[in-house]
Amino acid sequence: MTSPHTEAVNGQLPHEPEKATLEGRNKVLGFWLFLGGEAVLFGTLFATFLALRDQTVEGPTANDLFHLPLVGAATFILLVSSLTSVFAIQAMHKHNVKKLISWLIVTVILGLGFLSLEIYEFYEYVVHKNFGMTTSAFSSAFYTLVGFHGAHVAFGIAWIGILIGQLYKKGLTVVTAPKIYVSAIYWHFIDVVWVFIFTVVYLLGKVV
Amino acid sequence: MDWITTVDHKKIAILYLMAGALFFGIGGIEAILIRIQLMEPYNQIVSTQIFNELITMHGTTMIFLGVMPIIFAFMNAILPLQIGARDVAFPFLNALGFWTFLFGGILLNLSWLMGGAPDAGWTSYVPLASTAYSDTHGVDFYTIGLQIAGLGTLIGGINFLATIITMRAPGMSFMRMPMFAWTTFITSAMILFAFPAITVGLVLLTFDRILGANFFSIEGGGNPVLWQHIFWIFGHPEVYILILPAFGIISEVIPTFSRKRLFGYSSMVFATILIAFLGFMVWAHHMFTTGLGTIANALFSISTMLIAVPTGIKIFNWLFTMWGGQIRFTTANLYAIGFLPTFVMGGVTGVMLASAPADFQFHDTYFVVAHFHYVIVGGLVLGIFAGLTYWWPKMFGRLLNETLGKITFWFFIIGFHLTFFVQHFLGLLGMQRRVATYAPDQGLDELNYISTIGALLMGVGVILFLINVVITFRKPADAPNDPWEDGRTLEWSIPSPPPEHNFTQIPLVRGLDAWWKEKMAGNTKMTPAEPLGPIHMPSATPLPFLMSVGIFIAGLGFMFSNDEFGNGFMNFLFNNYIVVIIGLLITFGSMAARSLFDDHGWHIDPEELEDKGAKI
Repeated sequence: MTSPHTEAVNGQLPHEPEKATLEGRNKVLGFWLFLGGEAVLFGTLFATFLALRDQTVEGPTANDLFHLPLVGAATFILLVSSLTSVFAIQAMHKHNVKKLISWLIVTVILGLGFLSLEIYEFYEYVVHKNFGMTTSAFSSAFYTLVGFHGAHVAFGIAWIGILIGQLYKKGLTVVTAPKIYVSAIYWHFIDVVWVFIFTVVYLLGKVV
Repeated sequence: MDWITTVDHKKIAILYLMAGALFFGIGGIEAILIRIQLMEPYNQIVSTQIFNELITMHGTTMIFLGVMPIIFAFMNAILPLQIGARDVAFPFLNALGFWTFLFGGILLNLSWLMGGAPDAGWTSYVPLASTAYSDTHGVDFYTIGLQIAGLGTLIGGINFLATIITMRAPGMSFMRMPMFAWTTFITSAMILFAFPAITVGLVLLTFDRILGANFFSIEGGGNPVLWQHIFWIFGHPEVYILILPAFGIISEVIPTFSRKRLFGYSSMVFATILIAFLGFMVWAHHMFTTGLGTIANALFSISTMLIAVPTGIKIFNWLFTMWGGQIRFTTANLYAIGFLPTFVMGGVTGVMLASAPADFQFHDTYFVVAHFHYVIVGGLVLGIFAGLTYWWPKMFGRLLNETLGKITFWFFIIGFHLTFFVQHFLGLLGMQRRVATYAPDQGLDELNYISTIGALLMGVGVILFLINVVITFRKPADAPNDPWEDGRTLEWSIPSPPPEHNFTQIPLVRGLDAWWKEKMAGNTKMTPAEPLGPIHMPSATPLPFLMSVGIFIAGLGFMFSNDEFGNGFMNFLFNNYIVVIIGLLITFGSMAARSLFDDHGWHIDPEELEDKGAKI
């Protein structure tokens, strides 16, 4: 078993520092497994939403509510943040810590932008469209699915924020690298889920 | 303190075992109370409300808090040893999984003391579980307690998967893994794909009850059948999550005490995978009477019956393993042999229930109760007793008393069949499950009386087992490495109980039943796969415990957030979510501490290992 090293192996960081130790490899593998579970979690939420999306009772329907330009902007911001997290990982593989930190900060800012748009969207619905958690089965399913995703984004922002702090304090090592790599996978996963939400919730809501 | 901070998988296994025993005892007492209430017609030992709470808590406790942790105890104690690993992949998460499980279980059981236990049945069907029909906090304890406990199970599943994938000893290919390791692997994969579904289901029910959402309320456009789908897409795989590890245990015990290798090893592996796969395909067989339609019923009926094929393969393989073997009737083997006919009977009634038209007759009668108790008690609990007796010396260094063990076995198995065999007939005679009493002279009186006597005998069996444990702990821990002398797998090649680092040198695996192979080659120890060197160990930490305490506090806070307390200060604390926030701060604070302060663990030096007279 390889033990973790605070310093790089032989004073030099390997090309893929996230896979240099058994702990690192375990972390990456374990995280992929965790995402398998997350996929089931979101799958169940999607199934619930699809089952209840027409159950609006007397409340507003999807067509009354959704404003595609706003959602489109949020989608664009989130997709770009996925790209910037790829740049961050590329910088990590080149051992360029400065660039890595910068791209992570950009990613976090874009994530915050997305989250602000979502909060604004929810605020509009609740205050101006009379559409809250208790309005109808559709509203409950909508807020739960989209809100769960939003909570994942918020968690990702906090997590990557802490990792930026770690990078400042400890630099890039075989201990920090797997964490950053894993957080990037998580961020892509959130993005993929959002693509499904954009399609199933918003586009389909506008069509029917 | 040592136990609160430990990250050693063998100690966590003992914690799981103790917690499981505690909850198993609570669930058992609930079961005995149910049987005493049903002993005679029009009995009024408990009120109907208490009866509803008893049946709900008995099912919930046994499934989620009783047998799951005991299975996890075996997985933790034995799996790393069987695959030649020094530890699990994530020791920290392992501890976290245990503590979240324990605090979830405690939260659920606090309901007895805090204004009413859940009373909607262990399946918590809506609208019974809605605030309209269940207005105490009982179901909130169910949703939030199980949520927290389920988190621990999911963490454990991921941990075992990663451990098996990356940490097998050199030479231990997948097709050389012991069957128990295989069933752990498949079970963990099932946990990974089944538990998130119930996570969502519990969230939806919590939101319905606490935030006033409309997922399951018909007035709000919700759909109660949706709950059933979500519950059973988790719930059916859960049955196999429970039984597959028992299959694994039986597949270890029977070859050991038959002095033969397991017959049809590779077919056993593929049968396990097939059962897991089919287990996800059949959830709607719990819902034949909800009106899914004939096509859906037919498909789910056929897919359910298909499971009999891989299960039959397993049964015949066990029989062929014994065939021509030198069978030793030790206590562990008695349980394993007792398992075979019992489980077959549970399987046969399973095929009967899988036939949709017949199920309309059997539905919600004691026939169903008899069926699943034959599977879960006659299958799983006998498997657990076999495993306990078999691995006790490895876990604790002491052999359980064989004579007392055999007496226990006979009490338990006779009591079991007395209790549940007659329930088949009670069901066919029309006795409904989940009802607090019944009218006399319908032909139900004698059979119910017999059933209760059987339950009491099972209770005596469990008490005898506990006496056996106490007697055993008064003796010195002097069990040899391989106390059964016919041990086949790697755990029997190291001392009992194993040292903290398990293997001083990781062994080289040269075939299926690695330790047996070395013994047959005349070796007294495994060939090491690596030179003696320093061993890296993870440090003990209180953080997993603190994180779980935080989640526990937050759960309680959330549950009472809408309540009106007599006391202004309490209202302020709960209604403003201050308790929730304090709990979450403890949890996230511990997570941040874990993240910011690296702990690199410690090393055991080779010199130190030789001082201790390291074996291998």
